[in-house]
Order: sequence, then structure tokens, then C-alpha cells
Amino acid sequence: MSKIESGYIKKELPKKIGNIGLIILVAGIILSLIAYLTDPARAAFSYLTTFIFLISIGLGSLFLVALEYAAGAVWSVPFRRISEFYASSVPYFILLIIPLFFSMHNLFTWMNPEVVAQDKILQGRMVYLNVPFFVVRDSAIFLIWWLFYALLINNSRKQDESSDQSLTGKNIKLSMAFIPIFAFSISIISFDWMMSMTPKWFSTIFGVYLFAGSTWVALAVLTLSSVLLTENGYLSPKVKRDHYYSLGTLLFAFTVFWAYIAFAQYMLQWYGDLPEEIIYFIHRWTGGWKYVSLILVIVHFIVPFLILLPRSSKTNPKILIFVSIWIIAAQYLDSYWLVMPDMVNNGLTYSFSWMDFAFPLAAVGLIIVLFNSKVKKHNLIPVGDPKLKRSLDFHL
Amino acid sequence: MPDKKLFGIAALFDSPDSIIKAAKKIKEAGYKNYDINTPYPIHGMDDVVAAKPSRLGYVTLFIGFSAAAFILSFMWWTLAINYPLIVGGKPFFPLPAFIPITFEFTVLLGVLSTVFGMFAIVFNLPFNSHPLLDTEYMRNVTSDKYGAVIEADDPQFDEIKVKAYLKSLGGNSIELIFQLEDVKQKVFEPKFLVFLTVVAILSAAATYISIDKLMYIPPFDFMQNQKKGSAQAESSFFTDKREMRKPAEGSVARGFIPYEFTGITDTNQFYGNPLLPSKKVLELGQSKFLAFCSPCHGDYADGSSRLRALFPPGPTLHSERVIGFTDGKIYNIITNGQNIMPSYASQITREERWSIIIYIRVLQRAQNPKTSDFTTINEINKESGNVQN
Repeated sequence: MSKIESGYIKKELPKKIGNIGLIILVAGIILSLIAYLTDPARAAFSYLTTFIFLISIGLGSLFLVALEYAAGAVWSVPFRRISEFYASSVPYFILLIIPLFFSMHNLFTWMNPEVVAQDKILQGRMVYLNVPFFVVRDSAIFLIWWLFYALLINNSRKQDESSDQSLTGKNIKLSMAFIPIFAFSISIISFDWMMSMTPKWFSTIFGVYLFAGSTWVALAVLTLSSVLLTENGYLSPKVKRDHYYSLGTLLFAFTVFWAYIAFAQYMLQWYGDLPEEIIYFIHRWTGGWKYVSLILVIVHFIVPFLILLPRSSKTNPKILIFVSIWIIAAQYLDSYWLVMPDMVNNGLTYSFSWMDFAFPLAAVGLIIVLFNSKVKKHNLIPVGDPKLKRSLDFHL
Repeated sequence: MPDKKLFGIAALFDSPDSIIKAAKKIKEAGYKNYDINTPYPIHGMDDVVAAKPSRLGYVTLFIGFSAAAFILSFMWWTLAINYPLIVGGKPFFPLPAFIPITFEFTVLLGVLSTVFGMFAIVFNLPFNSHPLLDTEYMRNVTSDKYGAVIEADDPQFDEIKVKAYLKSLGGNSIELIFQLEDVKQKVFEPKFLVFLTVVAILSAAATYISIDKLMYIPPFDFMQNQKKGSAQAESSFFTDKREMRKPAEGSVARGFIPYEFTGITDTNQFYGNPLLPSKKVLELGQSKFLAFCSPCHGDYADGSSRLRALFPPGPTLHSERVIGFTDGKIYNIITNGQNIMPSYASQITREERWSIIIYIRVLQRAQNPKTSDFTTINEINKESGNVQN
């Protein structure tokens, strides 16, 4: 299929976007550095929140790319590049994690030998929760993600020039290998960085919880950019309401899926009421956190659920843009809710801080700058993909 | 058939392309009440006929929310108001525990209402048929043809023009389709419905009055107010005001024989075995031994427990110590238990206990036979002609 048939003309994004992204990124980095210098303990928590949020977007997008190949999805082909661009933060994870490795003693009580010495249960867990193993396994996971990102994206880009169908076949095999690795590794990341903050707490569904949220937010950034780019003529004019409807339906499905997983985790532990389990929710139900928890239910589930319920809102570009931005904010709130109440475990008291805006600022800047630079270099639509024609003719 | 009303005129087309073209032209010609029937969904047809989205979803939404509200308030009323009950140390109204039920009930009623709503719309209830059913046209479009119908209630409808128009579009097998004869279903006649409602209300009222009201009104209250004392009620007759009487001092239940050796260790004080070995006694002893003793002591009383690793194994009964026990001592152990062995008094009757003891003695003897036992066995075998050695 030639470029003319798909109606896609390569254009650069307005220069404004790149400049704004750069300003946000620089401002975010400066503020973050100041935050780290003034109060490293508090900044570590802010940084972790943002890092989890960034993983959600980057890794979730990489998962969406793999999912499209593995499922043989047709309708989503024109949007695959957008997910690929968002996944371009994956190679930077290994760099971004380094400051966290150095502030682990601020985050985790099990790093404190005095606490461990008094606690038999923690001593038993030291087989898994020890610094060398922790650093090695997490670095290995980030490298594996990077490897899969590089292989998948490289094949996809080569196809733009060669239109070689066998590249799709290769990527299907890679995706089939990536998805189980993804499921396993995202669980380990969630266990290591969030669950071990309450060292005696455990929830086997926790990895699925992070997976649900990250796929959700990856779909939201995908929907936001797809709709904005299509409406402003950057994508193929053949992208239709039916494509929007499919994006909206997936957003709706993952809204419900997150609620299902979150409630399944909450209800079982609430019912069991065992001291080592319920402590997690007691930390999130004392003081002001009670209201945050309730707001999270409304913001993360009820509002997007009701907005996306009617058929008409799934095809309405304005509503889709609004709900996508809403979801991105809701997912940040979720990361915040997962990380911040655990400050209590380290003998710190939580108080709101300006730092909670500094780090996300840098993250948003990073995403915009990366996205902009990728748009400059590469096509926004995989023009060599053998499924492209079928996907542009997609009908519900 | 002059008195039959016309429902519409149908035409058949041979390919999906021709039906899409025909549908476009029918729409362009300004017809409003027409329908297209195809054996399978054809891509692009929705855009051509611009079918309005179904309103069935609103039925589902309304019923779904009503169901959620109903079941939540129902659980709240039953468990927090009418009969407050604490379950699992939770509050009277444990919302998280109710959410799965609310969810299930919402989905159930939502789905059911969708299905019945669809029936209602498709069949145009109270009718249970449609003019298009049972026609040659329907036979074709459900197999390998594509059809269009222009309905008679369309403002532009004119029988001759429509026939010619459909032919000009390339349609063949033009068929006139008539309205169904106005056969109303008997079930939905107003008289019958009123009758049904009255019967339902009357029988419900009769049941309610007879069970909930009449039974407390004389002379029908004879079952409720009997001249008897109830167990927990206050008595006006007895001085201690107890309706339920205590048994007389020192009275013993019929058939109950007290066991007076509880806590006594002196073996000589125990009874001897009142039973003599016989086939019947041994069979009884064997069946009870296998049921109650063998799980821990093993089928041959050698201490090979079936409950390996689940429960401490019982000791062997072939040790010299146990062989040395008197029958009364073993009886005492079964009756009162020993170490972690519990009392079996409530499960095994006296006769069965003595039978088990005889069976145990047989097992012990089989493990430690005397020379005379072999001669006895040989004699028995000779008699039955079953010679070994």
C-alpha cells in the first residue's frame, strides 16, 4: 500500500509542542534536583510515585504493541506507532532507577538492620529482600524490557521501508515471548518497589493490580494522542468513528477490570481482617487518607465508568479527550495512593509537599520531548504494515 | 383474499452488492418504512440504511440500576433493620460484603431485561408472530438470497409503482405480503387478564388471612392456645414457677446402666467379659473394630495407622503389655479413653465394646499362636477336605 492510498502525509508537530515539552522537562529536572537536595527522604517517595507512573505509561504502551501483534488485531494498526513512541521511555528506566537505588534506605524498613534484628518474620524474608539480589533482579528486568523494546520497534520501523511481511511474523513471535515475561516481571516490580514498603504485607494479586492500571493509562495516552492527531490531520483521514469506538470500548473495559481487581484485593483482606494483611488498608483509612481512598474509587472508577457507558461518548472526540486526560490524572492519584501512605512504616509522617508536582512535571516533559523527537524521525503510521489497508477499511 | 390487508411488497436480490445498491436507491427515492433482510450481516449496510441505534440499552440501564438499588436496600433492611445480625464480626451493614451480590444481581436482571425487552420489540408483544414469517421471502433470505421489503404504511406507498420500482432495481420474485389476520392471543384478552388478577389477589388474601389472622381468632386458635405448659414459659401452678419439671432426685434414665469404674486404675476391680466367643460375637466385633479402632490401630491391630502423618499413630495391640491387660481394663480404655484416645462410649454400645475385645483377643492369638493351634487348624481342614501340608 502506497503512502498516497492511506492518505497519510508525514508532518512534524508544531514547534511549540517541542519547546513547551523542553521547558517543562528542564523546569521539572531543576525542581526535582532542588527537592533531592533539600529533603532526600521525602523526595524519594515523590520520585517513586512518579517512577511507577512512568513505568505504567511506558511499559503499558509496550504491552499494547505486543498485544496487537499477539492477538493479530487489525483495527489498531494505524495507532500502533503512537504506542511505540510512548514506549520509548522504556530504555531510560535503567537510568532513571539509579537515584532510587541510592535512596532505598529511605523507602524500605527492611533495609534497617535494627528493625530486622528484632523481627523473625523479616529475617525469613531476607532471602528475597536483600540489596544485591534486589538490585540485580530489577536491573535485569529493565534490561530485558529494553531488549524487547529494541527488537520489536526495530522490526516495526524496518517494515516502513521494506514492506516485508516476514517482519510481522517475527514480531508476533517476539510478542508471544514478551507477554508472559511482562506478566511475571511487572509482578516482581510491583512486589519489590511497592509491596515491600509494608514488608510483612502480601497480596498475590498486586501485580495484576499494577498491570490493570498501567494498561489503562497506556490506553488513555494512546486515545488522547490518536484523537488529537486524527482531528488535526496528522494521521490518515481514513481513521473513523469505528476506530474511536474500539479505543473507547477498551478504555471502558479496563476501567471495569481495574475496579474488579482492586475490589477483589480489598474485599478478601477486609473480610479476613488478619493483622499482617489489614495493616495495609488501615494505613490507607487513617487520617486524611480515608478521603483519598474514597476519592480514588470515585475518580478511578465511577466517573470514567459513567462517562464511557453510553455508546455515543465512545465515538465523541471531545469526550474521549476529556476522559483520557481524566484517566491519566486518576492513574497518577493511584500511584500516589499506593506509595505515600507507606511513609508511616519508616517512622516518617506524611505531609503534602510541592515536590509531588516537581517530579511528575519532569515525567510529563520527558514524555513530550521523547514523543516529539520520535515524530520528527519516524512515520506516525506504520506505512509498510501488511494489515494497514484492512485496518483503515475497518468497520464494526 | 380481498379482505386481507397488505403489509408490504418484497423483492429478492442475488448478491450482496446488488442489495447494497438497491438499499441506497430505495433510500434516495424517499421511502421511509422499508427493511432489508440478509442471511448474514453485510458490512456497510448500517451506513446505507443509517439505522438508528437501538434503544434497548436504556431498558437494560434502568432495570440494572433498579436491581442494584433494590438488592442493596433489601440486604440493608433484612440484615441491619428487621433482624440485625452480626456476621463475622463486621458491622450490621457491611457494604463490601454486599457488593458482589449487588453486582451479580445487577448483571442478572440487566441481562434478563435485555432478552425479554428484545422479545417484546421483535414480536411486538402481545403478538407472537410477524407477517414476514412463514413466507417464501423469509425462506429465501434466511438461506442464500438478499431481500428488501417496502412496507404498506410508507407515505409514498403505491402498490403498482413499488412493484415496478423494485423490478427496475433488479429485484426478482416480487411477493405481496399480507398482514396477519387479527388473531389476538386469548391470554391477553382483557377479561381473562382481569379474571387472572382477581384470582391472584383473592388467593393471596385468603392465604394471608387464614395463616396470619384466622389462626389467632377463636375458635380457630385451638392449635395456638393449647392447655399445656411450654418449655420456657412461666408457670402459675408450680411454686418454683418452672413449667419444665426437673427429674426427681436420683432418677435414672430407662436402660441406662452407670459405669462405676471411671478413674479407677486397680485392674482387679473391673468386670470380666460377659460374652463368650461365638461366630456372631466375632463378626460384630470385627465390623466395629474395623469401623472405629482400625483407623489408628491398623486393620490387624499392629499400629499401622491409615491416617499416616495426619494423626499420631495408635500403638500396636500385640505388645506384651496389652496382651496382659484384662478384658475389663481394655473395656475401661474404650469407655473412658486413654492418653490422646478419646472416649468411645457414645459411639460404641456396651455389647459392641465387649465383642471388640474378643475380636482383639483373636487377633493377638493369631500373631502369637500356640503349637496346639496348628493341630486344631489341621483337624478343621481335614474335616472340610481342605488339606494343606
